[in-house]
Amino acid sequence: MLAPALTGATRVDHLLIAEMVARGSRVLDVGCGDGALLQLLADTKNVDGRGIEIARERVNACVARGLSVIQGDADRDLADYPDDAFDHAILSLTIQATRQPKTVLRQLLRIGRRAIVSFPNYGHWQVRARLLFTGRMPVTENLPDAWYVSPNAHLCTIKDFADLCRAIDARVERAVAFNIRGQRLGTWLPLTVHNLMGEKAVFMLTRKRRG
Amino acid sequence: MDTARYPDCKVDQRALETSRPSSPYIDVPADQPLQLECAQQLAPFRIAYQTYGELNAARTNAILVCHALTGDQYVASEHPVTRKPGWWATMVGPGKPIDTERFFVICPNILGGCMGSTGPASLNPRTGRAWGLEFPLITIGDMVDAQVRLLDHLGIEQLFCLTGGSMGGMQVLQWASRYPERVFSAVPIATAARHSSQNIAFHEVGRQAVMADPDWCQGRYHEFGKTPRNGLAVARMAAHITYLSEEALHRKFGRSLQDLAAKSFSFNADFQVESYLRHQGSTFVDRFDANSYLYITRAMDYFDLAAEHGDVLANAFVGTKTRFCVVSFTSDWLYPTRESREIVQALNAVAANVSFVEIESDKGHDTFLLDEPELFATIRGFLNAAATRNGLRPAAGRR
Repeated sequence: MLAPALTGATRVDHLLIAEMVARGSRVLDVGCGDGALLQLLADTKNVDGRGIEIARERVNACVARGLSVIQGDADRDLADYPDDAFDHAILSLTIQATRQPKTVLRQLLRIGRRAIVSFPNYGHWQVRARLLFTGRMPVTENLPDAWYVSPNAHLCTIKDFADLCRAIDARVERAVAFNIRGQRLGTWLPLTVHNLMGEKAVFMLTRKRRG
Repeated sequence: MDTARYPDCKVDQRALETSRPSSPYIDVPADQPLQLECAQQLAPFRIAYQTYGELNAARTNAILVCHALTGDQYVASEHPVTRKPGWWATMVGPGKPIDTERFFVICPNILGGCMGSTGPASLNPRTGRAWGLEFPLITIGDMVDAQVRLLDHLGIEQLFCLTGGSMGGMQVLQWASRYPERVFSAVPIATAARHSSQNIAFHEVGRQAVMADPDWCQGRYHEFGKTPRNGLAVARMAAHITYLSEEALHRKFGRSLQDLAAKSFSFNADFQVESYLRHQGSTFVDRFDANSYLYITRAMDYFDLAAEHGDVLANAFVGTKTRFCVVSFTSDWLYPTRESREIVQALNAVAANVSFVEIESDKGHDTFLLDEPELFATIRGFLNAAATRNGLRPAAGRR
């Protein structure tokens, strides 16, 4: 998956995901890009990590740096894995670029005992403002591509994503939104505020029941 | 040998390599027969092999390289017949991706081959003549089982890595499936878990070319001092086309004429591509035995790893702890990426540790033998990561 290019150093959502992942666990990073998250998890949590990435040159770069990554497509290839193959199945800024987000999320919850999903929040005030005041598809730092080249086919807001979790019987174990400066929004703030102020969000999900 | 007819040919020397290889070898005695898949037993038999680098004290740094159809044990050293450098000298050697300053590299000549390991050109101890068509039909699995004897002899319990391209990749898959505990990591390159109908078809063309040559003598050419040069050369020419791509052929030759200003209006090799293929055919004959070619192509045709496991390829790898790195090339139409992806799917189905890299190249199947920086970077990176996991010392300063 082509995650939007993000600036500099270690991404705040990566750091949060590294917090959520247990030491030494088995991790699948779907849409692993250049392998930055897998590398971080290997370095800080000694995970047994695997990745799937759609872009061939990124896969090759990952393998050349010693990561276990396959060239593949989240929409097609998750079906190959057995149930509970991983402790954590991660979809980092990728779900919006899948063709079937609902199916992908279900697969993620099937093959991972926990799913961790991060995504850009289309309900962020900047996005709303751009659409309202310019009347054009918003282009922001988080969503840098023009509509006709963007890989993002299924953008959603934090509220939309929470609805999807309900619809597929996923339990939200933890949800964190980051503001434009990369700071975490207080969990005591109401969902509506997260949806307005959060530039991106990270959800940790489990299945309510098998199947 | 009909040396009068081919005064400068190297058949003698090739025949010499069959009986007395330049490389080391092991002789497995008659009381330790190899149980073949065709239900026969083979004993005694010989496996010729070449090694590079040094085995560490813990015996944990061994890499087994499995050669392809017409390869041999001279992976990184001069071929005793052709005097050409090793067939994978770009990949294996000091400071190379498979670094012989770090790893102990073993490359055996396969069972059925003709460079010193027992094959149809070897003497049948029961008759005192070359085996010829009396040699049992061997399989990829039999080749692997013979290699196991070599590893036992060398005292290597677990291979750090096992790699090979094409038919070498088939052996890698068979090894990893049959002896998972002896394979820490595996790199099958440009290969498939079964031979496709198209590939069987091409092989059949090659075999029929050999058999149609009157000098083949129903496989008994050794006894008559003949060799089916023309048939084997045609087989090689046809096969060689499948190792390339249309694009590579066009780039290399186009429709250029060979040392001619105009067409000769004859069946001479007017075109450069014809001349090239004829050269490939004739040089191949100098270094390869025709019956070996028949037996080895047959072994490849019979290869179907899923069929051994209830037609479910994933079953071949249940519970595997081996780290895999599967590699394919975009322009390889003999073993297309699709077939590598099937291997990856099977490995994913058992949650194996697998990397999969498709490398962009327009040079076809033979890319795995060529100077391909992306392939080198992949192998180097994978081996480094696997070595870290296996507690091997890090690579020396060189990269």
